[in-house]
Amino acid sequence: MSSVSLPFEILPRTGNLNTTPVAPIADADRLGLTKKQVAADHPTWCPGCGDFSVLALYFKLIEKRKIWHEKITTVAGIGCSSRFPYFVQAHGAHYIHGRALPFASGVSLTRPDLHVFTFGGDGDAFSIGGNHVNHTARKNIKMTYVIMDNWVYGLTKKQTSPTSPIGFKSKTDLGGALDQPINPMKQLISAGATFVARASAANIPHLLQMMEAAMDHDGFSVIECLSECVEFFDGAFDAANPRKGGKFDLVPAEHDVTDEFAAYKMAADPFPGKFGIFYKVNRPTKNKNEADITAKAMEKVQGKKPWEILQATFNRMK
Amino acid sequence: MRLRSAKTGWANVRTTKVFMSEATLSAPPTEGAPKVSKVSEAIIRIAGNSQDGIQAIGGFLARLAGRSEQEVMTFMTIPSTISGGPSIFQVRIGSGDVLSAGDEADVLLAFYQHSYEGHLSSLKPGGIVLYDSDHVQPNPEFQKLYHHVAVPITSRTVEALGGTAKDKGKNVFSLGLIAKMFDLNVSKLEKLIMERFAGKDESIAKNALMAFHTGYGSSVGNLIETFQFVESQKKSGQQVVMNGNEALAYGLIAAGVRFGAGYPITPWTDIMELLRRELPKYGGAFIQCEDEIASISMAIGAGYAGRVAVTGSSGPGISLKTEALGWAVMAEMPLIVVDVQRGGPSTGMPTNVEQSDLNIACFGGHGDSPRVVIAPTNVEDCFYMAIEAVNIARKYSVPVIILTDQSIGSRIEAFEEPNLEKLCQDISPDLTPVADHKPYDLAAENGVTRHVAPGTRIASGKYPVVTGLEHDELGHPTGSPKLHTQMVAKRRNKLKALASEIPTPKIYGPPEGNILLVGWGSTEGPIREAVDRARAAGDSVSSLHIKHIFPLPNGLQNIFAGFNHVFVVEMNDESLYGYGQLGALLRARYCDPKIKGVTKTDGLTFKVREILEHAKSSIAAGIRKL
Ligand SMILES: Cc1ncc(C[n+]2csc(CCOP(=O)(O)OP(=O)(O)O)c2C)c(N)n1
Ligand code: SF4
Ligand SMILES: [Mg+2]
Repeated sequence: MSSVSLPFEILPRTGNLNTTPVAPIADADRLGLTKKQVAADHPTWCPGCGDFSVLALYFKLIEKRKIWHEKITTVAGIGCSSRFPYFVQAHGAHYIHGRALPFASGVSLTRPDLHVFTFGGDGDAFSIGGNHVNHTARKNIKMTYVIMDNWVYGLTKKQTSPTSPIGFKSKTDLGGALDQPINPMKQLISAGATFVARASAANIPHLLQMMEAAMDHDGFSVIECLSECVEFFDGAFDAANPRKGGKFDLVPAEHDVTDEFAAYKMAADPFPGKFGIFYKVNRPTKNKNEADITAKAMEKVQGKKPWEILQATFNRMK
Repeated sequence: MRLRSAKTGWANVRTTKVFMSEATLSAPPTEGAPKVSKVSEAIIRIAGNSQDGIQAIGGFLARLAGRSEQEVMTFMTIPSTISGGPSIFQVRIGSGDVLSAGDEADVLLAFYQHSYEGHLSSLKPGGIVLYDSDHVQPNPEFQKLYHHVAVPITSRTVEALGGTAKDKGKNVFSLGLIAKMFDLNVSKLEKLIMERFAGKDESIAKNALMAFHTGYGSSVGNLIETFQFVESQKKSGQQVVMNGNEALAYGLIAAGVRFGAGYPITPWTDIMELLRRELPKYGGAFIQCEDEIASISMAIGAGYAGRVAVTGSSGPGISLKTEALGWAVMAEMPLIVVDVQRGGPSTGMPTNVEQSDLNIACFGGHGDSPRVVIAPTNVEDCFYMAIEAVNIARKYSVPVIILTDQSIGSRIEAFEEPNLEKLCQDISPDLTPVADHKPYDLAAENGVTRHVAPGTRIASGKYPVVTGLEHDELGHPTGSPKLHTQMVAKRRNKLKALASEIPTPKIYGPPEGNILLVGWGSTEGPIREAVDRARAAGDSVSSLHIKHIFPLPNGLQNIFAGFNHVFVVEMNDESLYGYGQLGALLRARYCDPKIKGVTKTDGLTFKVREILEHAKSSIAAGIRKL
């Protein structure tokens, strides 16, 4: 029939053909990383930007939990906050606006050996990427997602964001924002995220606690971290900062984190509201569900090489 | 009746002349018994509603032909309405090469009045129409033109199967009729029927066999002629029978692809359903996403994580993928995007065929974003080009778009069984630590660099970021005019290197002459038939089929130089300036004024005669006579 030609040679099984391999080091001989070793480019953020604290905490987390460079993957969309991966000395991907979650899902689902962290802004999460947040949550894909919420579009210089409060004067709402802002906690809980927490870049020990808890959660763990944009929404979170006369109320100890309705109700508290873990349940992850399907399918073809499995299929097509 | 006789094999010629079967079997037909004629091929069209299981008959015939070492090609329409509504299946079975579904049918099997009226025109004059006399009232005008054979298909099926079966089983009954008419191998068909219903309730297979035998044994009163296929001259090895979507999906699996993500849309859906079902057996997974943007993003993420992944779509879904595709070009990420083209723009003609995505495949998206576009020409090619796509994507670290279409995706062909042991690849990531790594090394030969997957330790302690921002060699953002110029050139140059690796396509027919028909994708069959037909009529016509659309192979200008006229035959619009999408690309590339377009936009596959008529009239109107 056709003249079959395969002019392209089959490459050897490797992803890194253009580099020289080196001998592996035994895990036991490896030391944890210092902050200096995980810091990469100097951040391009404005001095005083809340995002610095989130980055510092990420370094601390890596240091404290002794994660090695190659085991972390940092993924982000587009925005000031999403510049994150450049500042971290580890494998990272700076993807497109709003789509970091499905990208990170592709990493998470195929590489159970990696810790996948995704960072982004409120516009990235709740505007252009809104539907991806919903679906990553309902699929419960294993990763940690930190939404650095500054209630404004920082990178594009002060337009209304989906979390901007009504009345906020931006370049696109000169007379003040009109649209009902999204309530991140409510949104995440109703979408089916299995770990939903609220933190602030201004409270460092608490944020570290949340990051650790999120990382340890087996599922889609999300932190909404208030992270002030000093350039375009200065003072937005003063009411949540005791140093500026506000209050930082923790989620009460008696709150049942598995009670979806209680969590939703708490999310309705007026600003500054509560900080801590609103909701946390264990539901099988997409990673596990898919791995189960795969394991079951592989059991049926046990021991067969891929070409033999395909051959068996082709034999039925004769 | 004018089935092609054994003497005029396809490679010879099909003239438009009507001839009666010449090679009649030695014994003269006895009084009353139908005459038996040897034929080299037949085109059978079955028309009914989609719930009649018409596809199943087509599938049986195609499989049977595959098992008999005959070439087979089918053509199918899926009604736009999900259930019910008209549906057809056309199968062309031949002992030689079968390249297209055929212009006109030899036999029409019509279940309803609308099938009868709607499809008689697809029958060649003197052809046979077998119709269900329970539903069809034949038209006396048509009775003069076509040989009518009435069979009470519905009532005989109901009679045979008993009341509860209603008229389910009409399809298998009809298969029996066709088997009788073409002297098909009954025991092979029985086996196929048993296989098809294996695992289901035993009574179902029994009923099916009963329906088949009732059909086979039915007296077909006024059938004056039955047929026998001549032995296949081609003694090929074992054949496999499948459609283009299946071949493509299995090709990807053979190539080592283990992850994919997609969102349903006709006609791409078949591929995603198949991969969803099959990949787990190989340790992989296919994820249904919330939309096409998420799908391509997930596939790119998996590609970044170390193994080439696949996404795909049709029509509007392709538009949605373009921003992410641009990222993959910029970040130099290997990726496979399958585009099973359908009629567009917008929701367009979901169940029709068109080749109107060439432009978006080559150029879709903002910025300068060179990517690879290839187009398989038949079902077998879908299998092999899927492997080729994966190997190009890996070697050049670039997204590769595989352009197929509704017609190639849904048609069934038999092809020689591939050597799977030899072809199947392992492309799992290698996480061996490396000394040092630059993801966008400007010193790399021809600009070709590859990524190290996350999980790879880099001894220098300098880790790469993959990015859609213009970047330096380590992947860090830059606004440097010099670096942007260099990186744009890097992404371009690696595709130029690829172009020099692509073999120049072979001309079908003499390398010099009056007319060269140029095509791409699923039109190869009808174009080659057009060449044969024209040459038989004494015209100087050759053809060239281009599989690598972007980059183009080198050396095409030398081929064009051998002809007076170059017609680019494609199923898309002539656009504002008179050229289809490949035509415009070739004109831009070669600045050759003799390149002209032969295009059409009816959503149907090319008929051989359309190609020839169009080319002839274009020459007559313009330059000189063919
Ligand atoms: C498809 C697309 N649309 C628009 C933009 C422009 N853009 C970049 S970042 C951004 C909003 C950023 O806001 P947010 O996500 O809250 O991040 P922040 O800068 O506040 O951290 C926009 C609109 C883009 N890069 N891509
Ligand atoms: S513009 Fe705002 S969010 Fe962006 S870096 Fe400056 S302070 Fe931070
Ligand atoms: Mg913001």
